[in-house]
Amino acid sequence: MKLSDISNDINDWFSGAGPLADIVVSSRIRLARNLAGYKFLNSCSDEEKSKILETLKGVLTSLDLGDDVFYFSVDDAPTLSRNFLVERHLISRHHAMAEGPRGVVIARREFFTAMVNEEDHLRLQVLKAGCQLPACLEQIDRIDTMIEKHVDYAFSPRLGYLTACPTNLGTGIRVSVMLHMPALKMTDQIDKFLAAAKDMNLAVRGLFGEGSEATSDLYQISNQVTLGVSERDIVSEFEKVIIPEIVDYEKAARTQLLDNQVDILDDKISRAMALLQNAHLISSQEALFLLSHLRLGLNMREHMQASTPAIERLCALKQQESTPDTDAGLSIRTINRLFMLTLPAHLQLNHGRSLGATDRDALRAKIIREALHRSS
Amino acid sequence: MQCQICNKRTATIHLTEISEGVRSEMHICEQCATEQGIAAQSQISINDLLSNLLASQPSDDELLGAPDEVSSCPHCGFTLDRLRKDGTLGCPHDYETFQNSLLPLIERAHNGSSVHCGKVPTKIPKETKKLAELTRLRQDLERAIHNEDYERAAELRDAIKQLD
Repeated sequence: MKLSDISNDINDWFSGAGPLADIVVSSRIRLARNLAGYKFLNSCSDEEKSKILETLKGVLTSLDLGDDVFYFSVDDAPTLSRNFLVERHLISRHHAMAEGPRGVVIARREFFTAMVNEEDHLRLQVLKAGCQLPACLEQIDRIDTMIEKHVDYAFSPRLGYLTACPTNLGTGIRVSVMLHMPALKMTDQIDKFLAAAKDMNLAVRGLFGEGSEATSDLYQISNQVTLGVSERDIVSEFEKVIIPEIVDYEKAARTQLLDNQVDILDDKISRAMALLQNAHLISSQEALFLLSHLRLGLNMREHMQASTPAIERLCALKQQESTPDTDAGLSIRTINRLFMLTLPAHLQLNHGRSLGATDRDALRAKIIREALHRSS
Repeated sequence: MQCQICNKRTATIHLTEISEGVRSEMHICEQCATEQGIAAQSQISINDLLSNLLASQPSDDELLGAPDEVSSCPHCGFTLDRLRKDGTLGCPHDYETFQNSLLPLIERAHNGSSVHCGKVPTKIPKETKKLAELTRLRQDLERAIHNEDYERAAELRDAIKQLD
């Protein structure tokens, strides 16, 4: 399989479907594992890294996941391909930038990836659309058990799965959800969410991990404690306590906008529409930011039956006949599609060659303009 | 709040003094503070603020526990200096080799926990698995007692006895 086979559409977990999808965009669980009998990666020679890679690649590509599985070598991939994998959340930035033999095994529908030789020998990841953490846990646990039949993991009865960094020790689990919270931002209450997350011992990151906090009102929250608490208890706390509390904050902020601050809401949506429909140069940051406001408008219509002048105009937008997306009217799926497909590496990979910043901004603006033309 | 000295202007400076264990508070206005020779440092430089904050954070040495028998791992040659530099360990044996040093750091990272509770590989030896199961049960027992769920605690106690 080639990367261009998947670069023309969004992956399943970013489709805008799933439980609580108006706020919880996606759920992700990753497990960190290391092979017994080997040093951690920082102490490994390239030869040892190659051995680890060969062993795990063999096991991972023969797994029966109910989907085609393919291997992609990261160390000899061009920068553009690596950036594409990061944009799609199939590998981490750390994995893209690391050194030495390393690779990733990806399920065709992208619900599962396994990074080999990232910070740990093996980092498994399962992703699903909307709020579906228990299903993620069930699936990743099953895959982990299948792998473990073929390899010996570094494990201590007292400390659990032994990881390169003591912060991942024990279960090696990182449970995270990606949340779309534009209303908290518009009502100047994002600090309330950040304080609540801190109180609950959670890490908050932006769309692409560390350092991307301000992008597009999307936040990833994840557990920090991995030792002394079971995988099931961590997931259960997210499902029963953490997610409902944070979702309630955003819902209250959306209600507040509708009840008392319609002008603020309509201004943001109208400006976003005007710019996206007319701009000829648009940066990736700006596009993500403006598309976020359109997503908010559509979700408020669908989940809160909101009807404001700007939301009415937004819902009246039709898609151009030529776009491959066949959904009737403008949908969350279309917004997410524009969101992902206009990211820099996606844009260039689909265009067939690398582009300078201005050319990228022009192409991005053109794709968005064409998708959001006014209905006649 | 009114100034405690002039009883006229609004108090904008709030002093808390703790002397020999006795806490006293004073609320005064800026003018009275100047007259009394209490300098109100209104502009603390951000650098001062940051260095004060950093100084109040525990250093690596304070995070690490009592020294271990060896200073470098016989399996991978890892030393604790490298943990400070890279943030990762050298090999799985390091957790044992440096267990004294690492314990406070592990507990700090994991909300006070230092014992695994969760999935156990199916392939590990029976004895190891038993040990892990016992650890998990003991932890559940502690939690049940903490929650005053004595029925569950009794069940767990029996399960522990049977396994032990």
